[in-house]
Amino acid sequence: MTVLDVSGLRKAFGGLTAVDEVSFGVEAGQLFAIIGPNGAGKTTCFNMVGGQLRPDRGSVRLAGRDITGEAPRRIWRLGVGRTFQVAATFGSMTVAENVQMAFLSHHGRLRALLPSARRLYREQALAVLERVGMAGQAERQCGLLAYGDIKRVELAIALAHQPKLLLMDEPTAGMAPRERIELMALTAGIVRESGISVLFTEHDMDVVFAHADRLLVLDRGRQVATGTPAEVRDDAEVQRIYLGGAGAEAAARQIEARAGEQLPGERAEGEAR
Amino acid sequence: MIDPAFYVIQFLNGLASASNLFLIACGLTIIFGVTRIVNFAHGSFYMLGAYFAFTLTATIMPALGDALGFWLAIPVAAVGVGLFAVLMELLLLRRIYRSHELFQLLATFGVVLIVQDLVPAIWGPEELFGPRAPGFTSFVVILGFRFPEYQLVLIAAGPLVLGGLWLLFNRTRWGTLVRAATQDREMVGALGVNQSVLFTGVLFLGGALAGLAGALQMPVEPANPFMDINIIAEAFVVTVIGGMGNVLGAFLAALIIAQLQAFGILVFPEITLVLPFLVMALVLVVRPWGLLGTPEPMTGHGFAGDRPLKPLGRRAQLGLAALVAVLLLLPLGLGDYTEKLVLEVFVFALFAFSLNFIMGAGGMVSFGHAAYFGLGAYGAALAVKHLDFAMEPALLAAPLAAGAGALLFGWFVVRLSGVYLAMLTLAFAQIAWSTAFQWVELTGGDNGMIGIWPSAWASDVTVYYYLSLILCGAAIAFLWRASYAPFGYTLRAGRDSPLRCDAIGINLKRHQWLGFALAGTCAGLAGGVFVFSKGNVDPGALSIPTSVDALVMVLLGGIQTLTGPLLGAAAFHLLEAYILPLTDYWRAIVGLIIVVLVIAFPQGLAGFLRERLAGEESR
Amino acid sequence: MLRRTFVIAGTALLAAAAAFQPATVKQAAAQEPVKVGELFSYARIAAFADPYRNGWQLAIGEINEAGGVMGGRQIEVISRDDGGTTADAVRVAEELVTGEGVSFLFGTFFSNIGLAVGDYAKQKKILFIAAEPLTDALTMAQGNRYTFRMRPNTYMQTKMLVEAGKNAGAKRWAIVAPNYEYGQSAAENFKKLLAEMDPEAEVVVEQYPALGKIDAGATVQAMLAANPDGVFNATFAGDQAKLVREGTLRGLFDGERPVLSLLTGEPEYLAPMGAEAPEGWIVTGYPWEQIESEQHTRFVEAYQAKYDDFPRLASLLGYALGYTVKTLLDTAGTTDTETLVDTLKGLKVETPIGPIAFRAIDNQSTMGAYVGTLAVEDGQGKMVDWYYADGADYAHSEAEVEAARPAE
Repeated sequence: MTVLDVSGLRKAFGGLTAVDEVSFGVEAGQLFAIIGPNGAGKTTCFNMVGGQLRPDRGSVRLAGRDITGEAPRRIWRLGVGRTFQVAATFGSMTVAENVQMAFLSHHGRLRALLPSARRLYREQALAVLERVGMAGQAERQCGLLAYGDIKRVELAIALAHQPKLLLMDEPTAGMAPRERIELMALTAGIVRESGISVLFTEHDMDVVFAHADRLLVLDRGRQVATGTPAEVRDDAEVQRIYLGGAGAEAAARQIEARAGEQLPGERAEGEAR
Repeated sequence: MIDPAFYVIQFLNGLASASNLFLIACGLTIIFGVTRIVNFAHGSFYMLGAYFAFTLTATIMPALGDALGFWLAIPVAAVGVGLFAVLMELLLLRRIYRSHELFQLLATFGVVLIVQDLVPAIWGPEELFGPRAPGFTSFVVILGFRFPEYQLVLIAAGPLVLGGLWLLFNRTRWGTLVRAATQDREMVGALGVNQSVLFTGVLFLGGALAGLAGALQMPVEPANPFMDINIIAEAFVVTVIGGMGNVLGAFLAALIIAQLQAFGILVFPEITLVLPFLVMALVLVVRPWGLLGTPEPMTGHGFAGDRPLKPLGRRAQLGLAALVAVLLLLPLGLGDYTEKLVLEVFVFALFAFSLNFIMGAGGMVSFGHAAYFGLGAYGAALAVKHLDFAMEPALLAAPLAAGAGALLFGWFVVRLSGVYLAMLTLAFAQIAWSTAFQWVELTGGDNGMIGIWPSAWASDVTVYYYLSLILCGAAIAFLWRASYAPFGYTLRAGRDSPLRCDAIGINLKRHQWLGFALAGTCAGLAGGVFVFSKGNVDPGALSIPTSVDALVMVLLGGIQTLTGPLLGAAAFHLLEAYILPLTDYWRAIVGLIIVVLVIAFPQGLAGFLRERLAGEESR
Repeated sequence: MLRRTFVIAGTALLAAAAAFQPATVKQAAAQEPVKVGELFSYARIAAFADPYRNGWQLAIGEINEAGGVMGGRQIEVISRDDGGTTADAVRVAEELVTGEGVSFLFGTFFSNIGLAVGDYAKQKKILFIAAEPLTDALTMAQGNRYTFRMRPNTYMQTKMLVEAGKNAGAKRWAIVAPNYEYGQSAAENFKKLLAEMDPEAEVVVEQYPALGKIDAGATVQAMLAANPDGVFNATFAGDQAKLVREGTLRGLFDGERPVLSLLTGEPEYLAPMGAEAPEGWIVTGYPWEQIESEQHTRFVEAYQAKYDDFPRLASLLGYALGYTVKTLLDTAGTTDTETLVDTLKGLKVETPIGPIAFRAIDNQSTMGAYVGTLAVEDGQGKMVDWYYADGADYAHSEAEVEAARPAE
């Protein structure tokens, strides 16, 4: 089933076309990456899907429903979770309360004036935190955590209302290399377990080629290539504009690694498609 | 019928006033731009400028001759005020840069109070007429109208200072740093610039500009002890309309305000009170960052040192029970007067607590919370006077009137953020104030309304004490509970991260709006209880000083705790009530105490107690 | 730990409260001083407040030295700053009445505060003699049995001026008044009285600058545009100074147009102006240096001896209030409020400027004001051709009082 269907997306700022005629689809349970050099239009593209920007042309459909130009909070209600380049959490709340907020919002209890917020949806929040490995720190203040942990909390918040689709803008930006791998492995694990789809942008080619099922390559707003990691790696134009040197090496390394060690996983993936 | 040349002259009059406004506002905007300090003491700088110039001319002019003496005295006075500002930075502000941003506002407010009493103590309370500017004592004839020469000097002064500042900011390294810091403070820190030195320099420049404005005013207006309060609100208005931190914006704003004033009085002579605030409200609604300001980065307004809300522990619950017991038993041991005093503490506790509900939890700083206190007070009073309501329904009318006002104003307010939001609340409060002030038939104007006393059964002080305790206590308990409830958490969420709120489906503006209205409603109840304890209401209930009192209470007590505003209200109100009878210089003493408390307890009284308690428990 | 803090706080509160209880149990011992409460905006308007305090302190000192009141009791005035707001003032009044147990109250400067304290007096059934508030409402529409006023009100002073300017020949008047109750009501009174006295005259322009914020250039120009041939001014202090400087240079105050100006002849406002006092203006005021009656000379000498300063109008007011307190207590012979009120109604009091009385119909004193023309001599403004306008001749008529004042 196609969770996200983007077609003919276009956005110009002033005279500058940031995204031009971009189309792609994300299937259920798929990890879909948008990559490209700086200024390629990744974030613009991303924000049009998430609702932060309204496209000039084209459409965004979520599970068949047109969500083009809807406000982010409506898009969230339709089942889209989101994390940000710089983690956005509620710094003065505990880890558990951060996730509880998402539940409160999901269940429409935000305007309750009398019950104690700490007690509502606590079990559910702890369960989600358990999945991201943060249950042990549930009572700590979120703003005081290490950055990697904050990212996990953000992931937990985004997962709380069991979204169909997770939008992750540079999920590993600002993290140490080790943390990056861990976070993405965690994300990939959860995604495959629960059948959520993920659309993400990423700079780190190791991360991309280690986890993405499909890739979209953008260059100056133009859609250069779409396909599996292997297809993209082999695309001549992609190689020319983007995957020179280090990028190509990373791609090769990670694709080989996946082929070697994760056969059962690959098969499961294949069935899901 | 009116000579067209008249309009030209009136335009020139507007230009002269604009110059004066700009000179005051440009220093304020520069200081804010770099240090983010909302400098209440800027009016004091202006006033000191006039007094310094008076003293200097009196001593220099006989020695150096009129012309040289006068024109030397003006810049020297400006420099003197600049040095005073530096003193304030070194002795006071520097110690609290790491505290909450608003704490500096509190500190400068303490300075305002001190200077207010210092000036009459040094120069005497009567107005001091300075000399006229040598060489500019007469008039010229323009298009058949006589026009004072000195007004031409003023007209030139504004653009000259604007040009000088442009050169300073674009042609010197220091100026470039100031500009850079206005745009991005962290970046300048990263460049290895000594921030303290930069701040000191900026305070000097801003202070000197205010001093210059005051000194140049000497040939127009006698130096008098009201110059500070008479100018400060308008200085902020000009700064905000122009865009905080933007000097050219301040110039434009000064021009707009002054010209509207000059021509407005031809049509509506009574517009003088409300005009600047009306313009500010309109500009902010259309342009949320002023004319030339830039949007503040869309970050949360959380405070360093914020902690998660913890439910009251057993000890705290016992303490609360003990406090309630003491308050219930107090009338047994107190005289009428002290009962009234404590009753007023209940009122202000609710007032401050309601402010902190949007400010501490919601991150929406209000400089105009008195609007809702006053609307409650007026709601009750009008119900009694014009609708013949008894006390009981009038006490119901109070929160309703305030809530309706807060719903209306809040709808615009929550669309803004940061200091602009605060300034829009101020503008609305001033609009409410001037309505009450000017609509004499309905509100009694500045004489206010009298004869609003409790019903017979509640007219006994002790009965009214308990009534106030119940009403204010219940409202505080309700807001307290709401702070722990999902609604309070939602406001906190909005303060911490609007971005995250949006991404988990929270319609933040709507919740902020409702929160604003709820806080306004509670403030209105406080106003209603207050009016029946005093028997009268006048525009003072809606005025800036009342708003500032609430801010001071919250900040003094500690913005980051729920107990803070309650403690702050009790401390501030009792302090004022007990110091007032002691000396004519009670304002200076209150100011000094505020300054000392700010330095000693940079997290507020409750914050300090919390640290102490936490420290002891961990031992 | 929290509990301990609260208990400590509670105890401290109780202790503080106890300290505020009247220290001694009141007994009607004949030699105990009579306590009288006084409140005024001392910090907020020190320029007025200091001379006023000097005035009543001088009087009370003299009275006590001469043996006090009611056959030998001293007067103890308990004086407080009223905080400059109605909210503070009512609390302070409450403290004086219920905390200090004063027999009655006097003082206050601002009209809104005078009204608020007056209303409190009515509610508490305690006598209050307002010193300075000018608003007509205090003795008219909002008047009550317990509130009296010393100073001639806005209506009376405006009437004195309108009468003085009757023969000035102006038909087209400009009004400039500060935008608050005093200014508004001065303007209203002026328009009403002008219409009564000279039906042909009209008001052609009105300007209401915000108090303390006059944009003098624009205001003067706006007035000039209407081409008035007379000006009625109610601004004072800094606003008036700006107005005079701008108006003189721009030709509004050209010496030809008659100018009627409230309060400008009072030394509080006249002295700081020095040589800039606007010559030729017809003003109300107090030419203290020229009043040569015996009582007045005695007052001035005593004042100067004690304070090394010249008296202001507020000094005279304070002094007269001191003697009002004495005459009232001596005549009443008791501190019972109802008796005091009944006594004060119609009571005649000797003051340095002659006898005054408190009118029974509206509790307004008949203290008048001096009306004259300003001149500059030796670098100092002074009133010339002045005369004393007795308040009794200018106060509201009985019919007006009956129409406006609520029944007691």
